[in-house]
Amino acid sequence: MNKPLRRVAIFCGLLMLALLIRDNWLQYVRADELTSHKYNRRVEIERYAHERGDIIVDGKAITGSAETEDGDFRYKRVWKDGPLWAPVTGYSSQAFDSSQLENLEDGILTGNDDQLFFDRTLSMFTGEKKRGGNVVTTLNGDAQKAAFKGLGEKKGAVVALDPKSGAILALASTPSYDPSVFAGNSLKDSDNRQKLLKDEDKPMLNRALRETYPPGSTFKVVTAAAALENGLYDDIDAKTDSPLPWTLPQSTTQLQNEGNIPCENATLREALRVSCNTVFGKMSDDLGNKKMIEQTDKFGFNKEVFTPVRADASIYPEDNRPQNAMAGIGQASNRTTPLQMAMVASAIANDGKLMQPYMVAERQAPNLDPVYTHEPEELSRALSGENAQKVQQMMETVVKDGTGTNARIPGVTVGGKTGTAQHGLNNSEKPYAWFISYAKTDSGSPVAVAVVVEDGNANRDDISGGGLAAPIARDVMKAVIDSKK
Amino acid sequence: MSVVTNTTTIGAIDAPSRRNTELALVVFAVAISVFAYANVGLALNGELPAGMLGYGAGLALLGGVAHLVVRRYAKYADPLLLPLATLLNGLGLALIWRLDQSERLLAHPSFAPAASKQLIFSAMGVALFIGVLLLLKDHRILQRYTYISMVVALILLILPMFFPAQFGARIWITIPGIGSIQPGEFAKIVITIFFSGYLMVKRDALALASRRFMGMYLPRGRDLGPILAIWAMSILILVFETDLGTSLLFFGMFVVMLYVATERTSWIVFGLTMSAVGAVGVASFEKHVQDRVTAWLDPFAGWGTHAASEQMAQVLMAFGSGGTLGTGLGQGNSDLILFAANTDFILATVGEELGLAGVMAFLLLYGLIVERGVRTALAARDPFGKLLAIGLSGAFAIQVFVVAGGVMGLIPLTGMTMPFLAAGGSSVIANWALIGILIRISDTARRPAPAPAPSTDAEMTQVVRP
Repeated sequence: MNKPLRRVAIFCGLLMLALLIRDNWLQYVRADELTSHKYNRRVEIERYAHERGDIIVDGKAITGSAETEDGDFRYKRVWKDGPLWAPVTGYSSQAFDSSQLENLEDGILTGNDDQLFFDRTLSMFTGEKKRGGNVVTTLNGDAQKAAFKGLGEKKGAVVALDPKSGAILALASTPSYDPSVFAGNSLKDSDNRQKLLKDEDKPMLNRALRETYPPGSTFKVVTAAAALENGLYDDIDAKTDSPLPWTLPQSTTQLQNEGNIPCENATLREALRVSCNTVFGKMSDDLGNKKMIEQTDKFGFNKEVFTPVRADASIYPEDNRPQNAMAGIGQASNRTTPLQMAMVASAIANDGKLMQPYMVAERQAPNLDPVYTHEPEELSRALSGENAQKVQQMMETVVKDGTGTNARIPGVTVGGKTGTAQHGLNNSEKPYAWFISYAKTDSGSPVAVAVVVEDGNANRDDISGGGLAAPIARDVMKAVIDSKK
Repeated sequence: MSVVTNTTTIGAIDAPSRRNTELALVVFAVAISVFAYANVGLALNGELPAGMLGYGAGLALLGGVAHLVVRRYAKYADPLLLPLATLLNGLGLALIWRLDQSERLLAHPSFAPAASKQLIFSAMGVALFIGVLLLLKDHRILQRYTYISMVVALILLILPMFFPAQFGARIWITIPGIGSIQPGEFAKIVITIFFSGYLMVKRDALALASRRFMGMYLPRGRDLGPILAIWAMSILILVFETDLGTSLLFFGMFVVMLYVATERTSWIVFGLTMSAVGAVGVASFEKHVQDRVTAWLDPFAGWGTHAASEQMAQVLMAFGSGGTLGTGLGQGNSDLILFAANTDFILATVGEELGLAGVMAFLLLYGLIVERGVRTALAARDPFGKLLAIGLSGAFAIQVFVVAGGVMGLIPLTGMTMPFLAAGGSSVIANWALIGILIRISDTARRPAPAPAPSTDAEMTQVVRP
């Protein structure tokens, strides 16, 4: 009986061998795949097992980490002033992933990014507790607060840029939300998020970057820049060829001005000061659709902007002649984000040089050593320095004694342009109030702002860029200038 | 001292008993287990566990008493079996205790801490082990109970039919005040006794009085009939109880023992064919089996929709996350498996927290038990002992293969317990009994033959004496 016994022994050995081979296959060959499998909750557990790094404004953290009471995710994200900073940071939730900066800078914030490789390796030897790195933003706390205070209960957005570098100083969107309410993993978090998603006012929509509006009269600045750049007009104080009334091309419709303003053959400066539709409509028509598109391209239209948070593309489309003429006064199918109009204002304030907007100034390792520092970069040359200064003079006139007087700041040169963009079929809905502006001191321009207020509650006649939006822009600019003192 | 005798029969050389080796290994096994227990406490709570002394003392007591009984009543027994069982049982306790601490499991409705119960079951197991050694002076006594064993095995197998199914399988009997018992674990041993007794008597008839059919030797119906009937009945019962692991185990054990008894390779072919037919047949109508096969083929495909698949995927991820060296005891998340984490899937906890190295070590420990069992069968001098030893160790090997293979996704999962490791009273108690019987057989096998009567031949050659 020993021969079959030996064979059975071999058989048992083979069974064990099969198990050993399978185990090696599973735990050695497939280990990486299984460890990082999308269903493997350990990835998430490890992700929340240590404190997340912070997002920093003005040297202070605007975020934090809190230890949770229950569940297997140890730390959750908290925001010091959630609604104020949500348009900048986005959210980071244990259950619902993350968005915006929290999402894009996740590698640094969790400490898993390759940029932190050296730091990680070092702390492996020193036995230090793992921690995420920090993201230092370009934002200015005072400007952000001023923007939110100005917008108040109204729906709208504010973007402030540093024209010289492209640094984003304020990025406000109202109504806002507190990302802390759904940062966790509980049923309550889920309910809170559902409530936000169902809210008709769309508090989670980042109006500064992801909503496009008709730009209204603020777009006349772009049209003026196109006219100067293409040599249609040279002298901003010379009379333009602008009949009144002026009939839209290929049409019998007469383009109207707001009220009885002196627009016939008005100079560029005068036409912008009182915001003549006829002058700029004809100007856009004279330049033609192609040249208008070229100019808007230089300002950054027609493609998405990454700040690094993605902003929707602002559009100046190919169109027929009457539509192109209307687009010249911002009332046709051209649409812009508030960020885009802030870029327009900043390019003009920066003597024609458009800088790439950005909001991450620095990334820091957990030990606060910088691993990345942003170098400002030029996005494009929007217009020549000479022409930029001409547009500046025109915009400064608007604030000095035009439609934008509400933006005046004592002792500071301010240039701006109001806009009241009609929208809805046959202008049926309440218009959007726009204001774009920049401030200038002895050392150049520290800030350019775009403000849009979409206020459905205000009395129709009260809605105007000068009345609603300009004071907000003024407060934001003032906050930036004051904080530099 | 050595007595040099003649060369006609087995020498009466006094084989070393190796009892001291066994003692040293038992001490070592207890030490490793206590170390593992301390490790879990340090990892989970940052301090040595309060129950460490009690646990260590309890385990040392079990191992020590068992050792003393072996030393006294089975002096020549294999020195490895007891330490191996002690080590596996001790580590199993540490693992179960580790899972008891999991908040995730405690929140799960069907989970209850099991470590203290397991310690009591281990004590009962060791008591049975001692009982076997004390009562069973010679394993050949069991031959007398061949047909009684058959009846007992059938009763044990049928009993769960009268109790409600738990977790999709009808394999439990509930005794008020004591708890649930899985009679299948005991039936495994009892039916091995029946197979051994029957095959020992009939093996010549089975091997020789056969007709040739299609190149294979088929035995006469009156020889094979009874055993085939019993065996088929057991399998059928198990299939209806949806205890598929155990039916696979019975099948494999039967084929192995038949092969060893008759020395005919045709039995292997015969067995494999039948098992293939049986497996396909059962799979065609049993939903339980179909689920398991689906879960085995692609565990991740059924994520979120299919509980069996999802659990299998969880188990695979536990193994993968452990990697080569594991996360360390108490530092993994194998409790994500939730259901049956400390019973059927306890090997996944080993995989995650002790890694590839740990699982291989465990598999080798099991392999070593099987190897010692097969060695015992080889060394046994009587066919009954040989058959019983190979039956028990073959069953042990198949059980380890079916469980570990199922958990690691090598074969479809069938749901049995890892011997000694998994939480569950019946399994621990029955496996201690199994080790007890193996130790008894090995003691008989290794016991030196009584000094032969002086043979006349020897007398004649002993001419010169200084």
